[in-house]
Amino acid sequence: MGIRSLLSAVALAVLTATAAHAQNPVKIGLITTLSGPGGYLGAEIRDGFELAVSMGGGTLGGVPVQVIVEDDGFKPGQGKQIADNFLKNEKIKLFTGIVFSNISLATVPDILDAGAIYVSPNAAPSNFAGKDCNKNYYVVSWQNDSLHESAGQNATNLGYKKAFILAPNYQAGKDALAGFKRYFKGEIVGEVYTRLNQTDYAPEMAQIRAAHPDVVFQFHPGGLGIAFMRQYQQAGLLGNIPMVVAAPSMDTTILKAVGDAAIGINISSQWNTDFDNPANKAFMAAWRKKFGTDRLPTFYASQGYDTALAIGAALKGVHGDLSSTDAFRTAMLKADFHSVRGAFKFGNNQHPIQDWYALRVEKGADGKPFIKTIGKIMSNHGDAYAKECKL
Amino acid sequence: MTLALEQTLNGIQFGVMLFLLAAGLTLVFGVMRIINLAHGSFYMIGAYAAALAGERTGSFAIAALAGLAAAGLAGLIIEYVVVRRLYARDYVQQVLATFGVILLVNEGVVMLFGRQPLYLPMPPSLSGSVQIIPGVPYPAYRLIIIAAGLLVALALSLLINRTRIGMLVRAGSTHREMVRALGVNIRLLYTFVFGFGALLAGLGGLLAAPLLAVEVGMGEQILILTFVVVVIGGVGSVRGAFAGAMLVGVTDTLLHAFLPTLLHRMMTASDADALGAGLSSMGIYLVMALVLLIRPQGLVRASG
Amino acid sequence: MLQAERPGGAGSAQRRIPSRVAWRTLWRIAGVVALLLGALLLPWAANKTGDPALISLATRIVIYAIAAASLNLILGYGGLVSFGHAAYFGVGAYAVGILYFHFSQSEPFLGLVPGSNRFLVTLPVAVATSALFALVLGALSLRTAGLQFIMITLAFAQMVFFLFVSLKYYGGDDGLIVRHRNVLFDLNMADDTTFYFVCVVTAAVYFFLFWRLVESRFGLLLGGIRQNERRLAAIGISTYRYKLVAFVIAGAGAGLAGALMANFANFVSPDLLNWSHSGELMIMVILGGGATLFGPLIGSALLIGLETVLTGWTEHWQAVLGPVLILVALFTRHGVLSLLRTGTGSHA
Repeated sequence: MGIRSLLSAVALAVLTATAAHAQNPVKIGLITTLSGPGGYLGAEIRDGFELAVSMGGGTLGGVPVQVIVEDDGFKPGQGKQIADNFLKNEKIKLFTGIVFSNISLATVPDILDAGAIYVSPNAAPSNFAGKDCNKNYYVVSWQNDSLHESAGQNATNLGYKKAFILAPNYQAGKDALAGFKRYFKGEIVGEVYTRLNQTDYAPEMAQIRAAHPDVVFQFHPGGLGIAFMRQYQQAGLLGNIPMVVAAPSMDTTILKAVGDAAIGINISSQWNTDFDNPANKAFMAAWRKKFGTDRLPTFYASQGYDTALAIGAALKGVHGDLSSTDAFRTAMLKADFHSVRGAFKFGNNQHPIQDWYALRVEKGADGKPFIKTIGKIMSNHGDAYAKECKL
Repeated sequence: MTLALEQTLNGIQFGVMLFLLAAGLTLVFGVMRIINLAHGSFYMIGAYAAALAGERTGSFAIAALAGLAAAGLAGLIIEYVVVRRLYARDYVQQVLATFGVILLVNEGVVMLFGRQPLYLPMPPSLSGSVQIIPGVPYPAYRLIIIAAGLLVALALSLLINRTRIGMLVRAGSTHREMVRALGVNIRLLYTFVFGFGALLAGLGGLLAAPLLAVEVGMGEQILILTFVVVVIGGVGSVRGAFAGAMLVGVTDTLLHAFLPTLLHRMMTASDADALGAGLSSMGIYLVMALVLLIRPQGLVRASG
Repeated sequence: MLQAERPGGAGSAQRRIPSRVAWRTLWRIAGVVALLLGALLLPWAANKTGDPALISLATRIVIYAIAAASLNLILGYGGLVSFGHAAYFGVGAYAVGILYFHFSQSEPFLGLVPGSNRFLVTLPVAVATSALFALVLGALSLRTAGLQFIMITLAFAQMVFFLFVSLKYYGGDDGLIVRHRNVLFDLNMADDTTFYFVCVVTAAVYFFLFWRLVESRFGLLLGGIRQNERRLAAIGISTYRYKLVAFVIAGAGAGLAGALMANFANFVSPDLLNWSHSGELMIMVILGGGATLFGPLIGSALLIGLETVLTGWTEHWQAVLGPVLILVALFTRHGVLSLLRTGTGSHA
């Protein structure tokens, strides 16, 4: 072989190697809850995320990605195991997907300890928002407390004076009630922590009745919310005692299951299907095309979608190279994407600073109940823990 | 005071639900000496069939019939295929086999209907509330469950004590060889008892469907408490199952209702509720331990 | 097995023809040696074939083999169908978790007992704690028999489950994270292979002690109680006491396995005490063949291996496992081990 052919062989090898390296899709580990009563939440996040990927033709920010989805079965131990497996065997460096805070608390520390990156599309417990914040941990949805702070503010704005509050007894539930209490200026006449696997709320209904509140605030996501709302109605409380909730307790799926009885319930959220900005219009159009008009996205889907866009913007900034998490961080924190909720930026603790809106369930022109945006509750609201974070 | 009354009603309703499950289980234990872990699966099958039929037809009556039919049929099938071969085996193998049945049935349901929970809409006529206690609009549907359960208890009592088949069941649970020697088709009797037990469990499931989420694993959750009821009540006794179910239902509900509130005074709400929930759940097992220490054979001896 | 006894002399021939017992013992020793060699070589083989996840899998199998063996003592040898064995497994795991928690918080348990992250401290504590639980719950449960015994052991295990769920301080439902594995001399316990060997050594010691126990008079009596309790009681043996001792030893063994598991997973949760977990332990014992020394190891390897293979195949693996269990229950008398044997007599 002559020198020339040797050189061209080497050149070819180098080119193909770099091309192959550039073509190697970035693996993203999406650990989420796909089974049990909370199963549709994970499915929504996955669908929103994958919608963004398919809209990019298999890429995010122009970088080819491969999304690997696993079900944590609503078990913290299982989530942990999946993460360990992804880290050791699949060599994944970028993670997302967790729905529930208890799974997040068991899984995320391992991911961060291994030097990998986690971007949360939903769960954002207070533990990681303050002094335990981490430069590789980002949240695109909201910090747990702030979601419910908006509800507390909403309840105050609506003029309620005595509230009975309930949530399941896990980190997100505790964050929820803490957040509500922080912004509700009235009196708390009852504070109850239900069980995460509870299906029968009859005792709680009796307690609510006995306490005579003006308003009830409850945080019960997914299937828990459906069970709670149905039993609230059966106990004769719906229509008698108004309810103020944050988005997880009245998403479009819960609304479908509860029906007309939900009309009048006040919701606070950072997003709704009827938002008017171009990013949301594109999202809703793509969603309808893929899933039909019968299935409306929940706000979990919108968060999955936004997370994908945020990751895409960061990947674009580093040209798909995850070897430097600091470079990724610089790109990520620019938040150079158009969120479906409108204004979005990261706070110093890498949790969102965003606007919160008041929504209400109303009867539509077709006779069916739907969720309508009424007004704004808060602008540029961060969270209560940012100042404790040293980042 | 009204709170305590309302919680007691809740307890009775829960007790009735447990009775429907425990009655079948105790008969199977008593007559056939079989430990059937898959009993909760019939509860789940009844709930699923009812939820699916209710969704398709919108009629609660049809849903109820579907639930009963499905559970009864499942009972007959499982008896024929699996349980029949376990009569001569020891408990260990019965546990293994019926555990396998649970896995198969649970996963089968997931394969057929997915992991999302189903919801059976409450019949509109029953979804209101009744002021059975003045000032307390108690859900009408839960009153219906209580009524249904009491009716079933009455009917079972009549069946077991006043009919020939009931006599065979009673005889079969205490003197099996004699019954066989007298020429009774023991095989048929066993099949009947097992199928009937499954039917009762399915009834419990379809009644629970409008209240709770119909999902895989719902049977196992209630199964263990059912075991406790059977142990407290006395293996083989339907009367004991009723007494045990009422005791467990009311105690469990009242503990869950009032213990956390008591603890609220001593610690943060979150800790109090967690501790209260845990201790309340433990409470019923302590009651069982107590009963077993004083009367190891249960409250009622197996003669009815 | 009786020796080949020939009436009427030929004593010298007896000594030269190897008897069946000698052959069996030879096979047994060969089997144990092969097993140990295989265990020692596994990490090397796993790395060679490029599947390091195998080491974690093998560690899990070894840990569950210890747990299943402990259950085998009372279930297989003793004939006591205890459906609550996972409780003692969980207690052992929580002992490690709680000790670690107090160590990391630098505040003593109940103000008295300091926390610890040392393996040589936490393991004995775990074993002792689960033995204590077994003593109390066993003393109560063993007053019953048959169906009631099964149900009461199940119920008590659930009770302990709810106890841990209620302790929010130690994580409750969400479980407790054990950030770093316990420290043993200078070993790097975070390394999968090192930890695997620690487990193998622990298991080897455990199985040796177990073997001595079942071959002793105690083991003989336990077998007798299983076969005909009334007869033994008639000759004056306090069967309740023997059963209780066996129950406590079994609980202690489960606690040992639990302590290893807490280290392995870096996580403890009430799920470990779940009744279906008890069921899985029973399945391992039965699959492998009760009342045999290595049955539990085979059962553990089979069940965990089966689960792992099936989960890779389909997410509906339980629909395959279910019928397998049913078939094993219906068609084998003594589990899988009996299928491997070619016409032997009674078990040890």
